[in-house]
Amino acid sequence: MTATPIPAGGKRSAPAGRRDSVPAGRRLPAPALRYLVLTVGALIMVLPFAYMVSTSFKSQTYVLSLPPQFVPHPATTANYTQAWTGDNFSRYFVNSLVVAAVSTTLSLLLSSMMAYSFARFRFPGREVLFKLLLLGLMIPAMMLIIPQFVLAKYLHLIDSMAGLVLFYVGSSLSLNTFLLRGFFAAIPVELEQAMQVDGAGAIVRYWRLILPLAKPALATATIFTFLGSWDEFAWALTIINTPTKRTLPIAIALFQGQNSTLWGLVFAASIIAVVPVIVVFLLFQRYFVQGLTAGAVKG
Amino acid sequence: MTAVLDVRTPSAGSPPARPGRAGRRPLGRPARSHLTAYLFLAPGFALFLLLIIYPVIKAFQMSFYDWNVVAGATSQFTGWANYVKAYHDPVFWRGLANSAFYMAVTVPPQIALGLFVATLLNNKAPGRALFRVLFYLPVVTSWVVVSLLFQYLFADSGLVNWMLHDVTHLTSHRTSWLSGRWTGMVAVSALGVWKGIGWSMMIFLAALQGVPKELLESAEVDGAGRWQRFRAVTLPSIWPAAAFVTVMLVIGGFNVFISVLLMTNGGPADSTQVLLTYMYKQAFTYLNFGYGSAIAVLLTLGVFVLSAIQLRAFRGDAEELA
Repeated sequence: MTATPIPAGGKRSAPAGRRDSVPAGRRLPAPALRYLVLTVGALIMVLPFAYMVSTSFKSQTYVLSLPPQFVPHPATTANYTQAWTGDNFSRYFVNSLVVAAVSTTLSLLLSSMMAYSFARFRFPGREVLFKLLLLGLMIPAMMLIIPQFVLAKYLHLIDSMAGLVLFYVGSSLSLNTFLLRGFFAAIPVELEQAMQVDGAGAIVRYWRLILPLAKPALATATIFTFLGSWDEFAWALTIINTPTKRTLPIAIALFQGQNSTLWGLVFAASIIAVVPVIVVFLLFQRYFVQGLTAGAVKG
Repeated sequence: MTAVLDVRTPSAGSPPARPGRAGRRPLGRPARSHLTAYLFLAPGFALFLLLIIYPVIKAFQMSFYDWNVVAGATSQFTGWANYVKAYHDPVFWRGLANSAFYMAVTVPPQIALGLFVATLLNNKAPGRALFRVLFYLPVVTSWVVVSLLFQYLFADSGLVNWMLHDVTHLTSHRTSWLSGRWTGMVAVSALGVWKGIGWSMMIFLAALQGVPKELLESAEVDGAGRWQRFRAVTLPSIWPAAAFVTVMLVIGGFNVFISVLLMTNGGPADSTQVLLTYMYKQAFTYLNFGYGSAIAVLLTLGVFVLSAIQLRAFRGDAEELA
């Protein structure tokens, strides 16, 4: 396929007739059609969620009734009270919160230090080490779950929340370092040199200059790391045995496992877990976009 | 291999592994600045080596052993035995076929629909932000929640059957989606497409910002139709992003795990097993850690080769398009 050669910025005056031959009104009015298609698509995206919300207010008798109930009648909030009060659920919520918060803090500290080193210093082995780190972006987490389990067992981290935190930090380092390094490198070196002349050491420059200036990138990294840990399922399923140490995704998946699934309960619990995520997403949308476009997001 | 790619820059096709040129004027005296650099690097990198690189090597090693997980017990070196076992294992091949099916069925619609929605949203029309959020909602929702949701929708008396049978009469009976191999894979794939469109849409939206507006305008002046303009101007300019999306989605397709685990658990009778659920079952149900590792290694190598082929193909096409 050879592309039509079009001179860049060419202001060739087209024959008047040809311009008119572009049929503007031949099809349905473009904006109307566009909105119709978009609306149908958006409905497909949103309706499953709406139905989930609806089901979370139904009692078990009505969850799979035919024809399906779209507006729960009678509506009940029993699923929410049962989800929240029963079976340690609030405990799981706190577990998830603690694990995600600690993992995020540690990961951001360590990866911003690495990013600073890669962005601002020239040292033997820099290229090789950076490429090694990028390798971490290409290896899907599931591929390593068996050897990581053996390692965790060796380190006595099985069935502990420390085991969750450590491996969540480990698996987020590559992406965060990559993301932050790019941002740090764009900060003018002259600012640092000015501070250096005033006698500021590397730690001071990193903490007082680079980190405050890199707030948008840090926000992006925070959101992705936090949500990654908050939603993580496979690793927690594998190493956590004690019920009180479960995180939310495990707890929700286990609601399903017990005999016939109590769908109202499952979805009430799901909504409790999902609402914080959606709120964070709506508030910090632009950081999501930055994170997505700056690098790979496994998921 | 370009798993990381800055789609905002025009040179997105070149390898990204070039740590900034900020070091051109090193801060501080060399010897001391080296030490400082290593000190900043050390804690994070040590953790990375321990938790990621060591397991990579360990996975290769374990795949050659009849690995014993019990503490203190010795593991038997068995050479290629685990790989030979995979070769003769019908469930392994079925898992590979199912993973490949999932990949083949989910990747093209995600690319096509993601790009389509992105082009529809790529102007300053009102409501654009709202649509972007709505399409992206499934992406930010956890796999666990949406897997359970789709299991519910595809239940025997669930919403999908109600729509297909009771409302539109497209099917003569209510399909038992999750208790058959292909119907189960279709249900899992439907979830994969639904959840993934928003992601590729977002990447394509970013890439579309980089399409030179003057070129589009002059093409229009020259009488190029909508499709011709897309083909000649838009497509070459978003080509690196398309390559990135394709490579990532293919990798992601072969990594399908949580949705299968929760929706069918590989059943009935291992018929919907994909490679990763089978690997997981071998390792953590049967404690065949060596065999599980062999499956993981085969999958990793397969995906690497596939990615390399795709990148080469995209590079060739890019030269032709340019």
